[in-house]
Amino acid sequence: MTDTTWDPSKPILEIDNLSISFFTRLREIPAVMDFSCKVMAGESMGLVGESGCGKSTVALAVMRDLGKNGRIVAGSIKFKGRDLTHMTDDELRHIRGSEIAMIYQEPMASLNPAMKIGAQLAEVPMIHRNMPRAEAWALARQIVADVRLPDPDRILNSYPHQLSGGQQQRIVIAMALMSKPALLILDEPTTALDVTVEAGIVDLVKDLGEKYGTSMLFISHNLGLILDVCDRLCVMYSGEAVETGNVVQVFDKMRHPYTQALFRSIPLPGADKNARPLVSIPGNFPLPHERPPGCNFGPRCDYFQAGRCDATEIAMSPVPGDDRHASRCLKWTEIDWDAPMKAKVSKAKTPIGRVVLKMDDLQKYYSISGGAFGGGTKKVVKANESLSFEAREGETLAIVGESGCGKSTFAKVLMGLETATSGSIMLFDENVQSTPIQKRNTDTVSSVQMVFQNPFDTLNPSMSVGRQIIRALEIFKQGTSDQDRADRMLKLLDLVKLPRAFAERMPRQLSGGQKQRVGIARAFAGGAKVVVADEPVSALDVSVQAAVTDLLMDIQRENKTTLLFISHDLSIVRYLSDRVLVMYLGHVVETGTTDQVFQPPYHPYTEALLSAVPIADTKVVRKRIVLEGDIPSAVNPPPGCPFQTRCRWKSQVAPAGLCDREMPPMRTLAGGHQIKCHLPEAVLTQMEPVIKVAAE
Amino acid sequence: MVIFVARRLGVMVLTALVLTFIVFFLTNLPPNLEKLARTEGSVRMTDEAVASWIEGNGHGGSVFTRYSEWLGIAPGWVITDEKGVTRGRCIDNGVTAEDAPRFCGILQGDWGFSTFSKEPVIAFLGEKLAATGWLMLFVMLVMVPVSLLMGVLSGMREGSRTDRVLSSAAIATTATPEYVSGVILVAVFASATTGLSPMLKEWGWIETNTLFMGTATSAERGFTFWNFGLPVLTIALYGIGYIARMTRASMTEVMTQQYIRTARLKGVAFKDVVMRHALRNALIAPFTVIMLQFPWLLNGVVIVETLFNYKGFGWTLVQAAGNNDIELLLGCSVVAVFVVLVTQLISDIGYVFLNPRIRLS
Repeated sequence: MTDTTWDPSKPILEIDNLSISFFTRLREIPAVMDFSCKVMAGESMGLVGESGCGKSTVALAVMRDLGKNGRIVAGSIKFKGRDLTHMTDDELRHIRGSEIAMIYQEPMASLNPAMKIGAQLAEVPMIHRNMPRAEAWALARQIVADVRLPDPDRILNSYPHQLSGGQQQRIVIAMALMSKPALLILDEPTTALDVTVEAGIVDLVKDLGEKYGTSMLFISHNLGLILDVCDRLCVMYSGEAVETGNVVQVFDKMRHPYTQALFRSIPLPGADKNARPLVSIPGNFPLPHERPPGCNFGPRCDYFQAGRCDATEIAMSPVPGDDRHASRCLKWTEIDWDAPMKAKVSKAKTPIGRVVLKMDDLQKYYSISGGAFGGGTKKVVKANESLSFEAREGETLAIVGESGCGKSTFAKVLMGLETATSGSIMLFDENVQSTPIQKRNTDTVSSVQMVFQNPFDTLNPSMSVGRQIIRALEIFKQGTSDQDRADRMLKLLDLVKLPRAFAERMPRQLSGGQKQRVGIARAFAGGAKVVVADEPVSALDVSVQAAVTDLLMDIQRENKTTLLFISHDLSIVRYLSDRVLVMYLGHVVETGTTDQVFQPPYHPYTEALLSAVPIADTKVVRKRIVLEGDIPSAVNPPPGCPFQTRCRWKSQVAPAGLCDREMPPMRTLAGGHQIKCHLPEAVLTQMEPVIKVAAE
Repeated sequence: MVIFVARRLGVMVLTALVLTFIVFFLTNLPPNLEKLARTEGSVRMTDEAVASWIEGNGHGGSVFTRYSEWLGIAPGWVITDEKGVTRGRCIDNGVTAEDAPRFCGILQGDWGFSTFSKEPVIAFLGEKLAATGWLMLFVMLVMVPVSLLMGVLSGMREGSRTDRVLSSAAIATTATPEYVSGVILVAVFASATTGLSPMLKEWGWIETNTLFMGTATSAERGFTFWNFGLPVLTIALYGIGYIARMTRASMTEVMTQQYIRTARLKGVAFKDVVMRHALRNALIAPFTVIMLQFPWLLNGVVIVETLFNYKGFGWTLVQAAGNNDIELLLGCSVVAVFVVLVTQLISDIGYVFLNPRIRLS
């Protein structure tokens, strides 16, 4: 259904002064205020902001799918010149899926579990173009091939749960492309995926956008990704657009304090935990019904001026000379944007002490059964395979790898939640590999603690914060009396920089960052010597991430804690770790100091991983290495080198076929840098760095 | 699959053994046996005579031995009395002691002799079970479609007027036990003095005195809407409310899933969103509930069959209990245990087929 009256030189999507509110029994909660943006044909627009800033609400408003409570209270959304806000359900249905299509964050949840992939895809043209079934399936097959999925016929006849996360997301993209829409809305399309898979999806989206000439509205909290994909962007804060413009101009010449603060809080190459620490944004995101008068960012802004910034509503003002660049700041002309960051006190590097943890040839196998009714052949999942390393006092050891690489299994074995299949774990001269946590003594338990990924699920919702910390103290047999433990609890709150008044609060009254601080306080309650931090900041917003990582570093400095930092986020790993361990399919493929791992020579997997991480810096040039296919299953690992199925260097190994047959040995290069690879020395030394910072 | 079913069957056999033993133990308590002796022998028997009757008819000895005999894994008792007549559990009239089999229990197909109906338990019970089978079939035919429809209609738009009306109706029916709803239905539709029937009779809309028949005895020879409607409705009403509530809960949950939003934003019309995308996912949970209704139906059947005087399984159970017919009572319990366990197994297996993601272990 094409609208013939629409002129291609006009914007595809034009949002004007849009305001959206959600209505609850208590009050009206404004979610988006005075939002305007334009998307031209073929252009991709990025919407960036932290959770709760209203970016997804804008996307759903374009689809007119705000639910029962949400309503557009002012403004207009024009799609090809027609106002979507006044359309009837029938008209909307013709536009949805055929002219505007959406791609969602969680591909698994977005696909119907009880319908075959083919049926879900073919439905789109069958509805919108009355295409006969056979023809629609043929089209589906073609589009599935277009999104670079292998064996389209098999895929069309499978159910969503039979595909991997990356494949599912490709199917969601294929579904969106079935009717060649004019506008594609992507709501955090890669957040749930691994970085190497993300890189493939991003490439695909960019290519398809060019191939079909589709305009895109790309929603993400990841600035690096926006730089990769978008032409223009719009930074949102607390329901308002605060800055909009061309991607490169905004990245290089930001003109809003929030944008600046955001960039300063993310670890870019060059940031260093001791010399150039990250600057977190002070304070918290205002709740929608507790927004301050005037500028929403005012209370957290370094340039705030009382009586001026909080006096009136602030309008967008254009930045002259730039391409449609505008900022919602009264003072942007007065701020010296080139002033260097206020130098935060640089801190001394923690001295690295004796070995506190030593793993030797650790193995952990699980056996699972195959059949639908529990029968069938037993299969063995090799979650960890010959894992050896040492961690020293005061050291930060990062364990990096994608989902399924065995990093969480390793943490479980160390904690004693699982026991090792073979190998040994020495913790302070004590063998713990086969002692489950129930049998460990209080000392061992309290000295190895964990900070969990999701602070929202790991606090008991019906116990006050103080009570939870005291409970941990009781379990670790700390303190002599209740009074003593209460004092220690308050000291722990001081340690994690939470106000003492928080002891009385319930977890639901805390923000994500604050909850994670409570989690950290609990982990340190027994004077932990080794702390396993399993993706401690990945569930948090970028501005809070910096504060929480800083806190971890500070506590480490004070207590000489050994920190095992499990993460898939290489930027943060580079920023805070001393040594890095790269894991793939249960194997350690590379280990060394942070510099050694992030500089060539690389293990081919590390190289791909590094190139896949989007970096929010226009001066950084990255080599694109997109890995083909998915991570093989740990149930059925490939023979020989685990990475050989996706390795781009495989052809350079002599003799040919060595990678298919033999597991490469762990080789030690200069400076104790270890790589598990068959590549000859000569090839390794010729490797080029993946990330290059262009001269300023 | 085979291993799973085999394991489940093993557990079922064990459960059946335990349950039947409990029933056997309770029905064979000494007071019951004394009562049996007095009804079979003479009411004016002396206590000594009762004791010897119990001994002489194989009811003496340990409960385990008797249970094993009843089950058919121990040889049946054989007693030669002072007159030289040999009687035994397995020795029927007209068969000599030498020709009789050694074992005769449930496992050999010998379910005993009913003192109430004066015929073998298995024949009597079979006939009554067939009658109840028809009742259950019609109950299911009414209950399942109506309740699923109600559940889906109210769940697809949570909080709408349709939802509120249907939900209230479902709660009302499920909160009314059969002995209440049965009486109300009889009063309203099947009484010659109150309810609708006198009015309809007066207007000349019906020939007979009542609209529906208040008893279902005639249904044993052939059922019609008028003699079978009320018993079926009485049992179905309770289940309708319950299954409708379950379906509604499942449906509302499915309607908030992201894939429903995906379908909606694909431009699928609301009707098709419900029919093509939500329905199958929403029916997975009620399927289990429906299978769980079968054992419970046995329960409802006891009340309704007694109320409407329909001679089926429930009626038999009541009569067996009332007349201290131990063998018949045991037979009923075997059937009940069997029905419960088999429906559970079917429910577990069916669940796997409905939900492609489930793996049982």
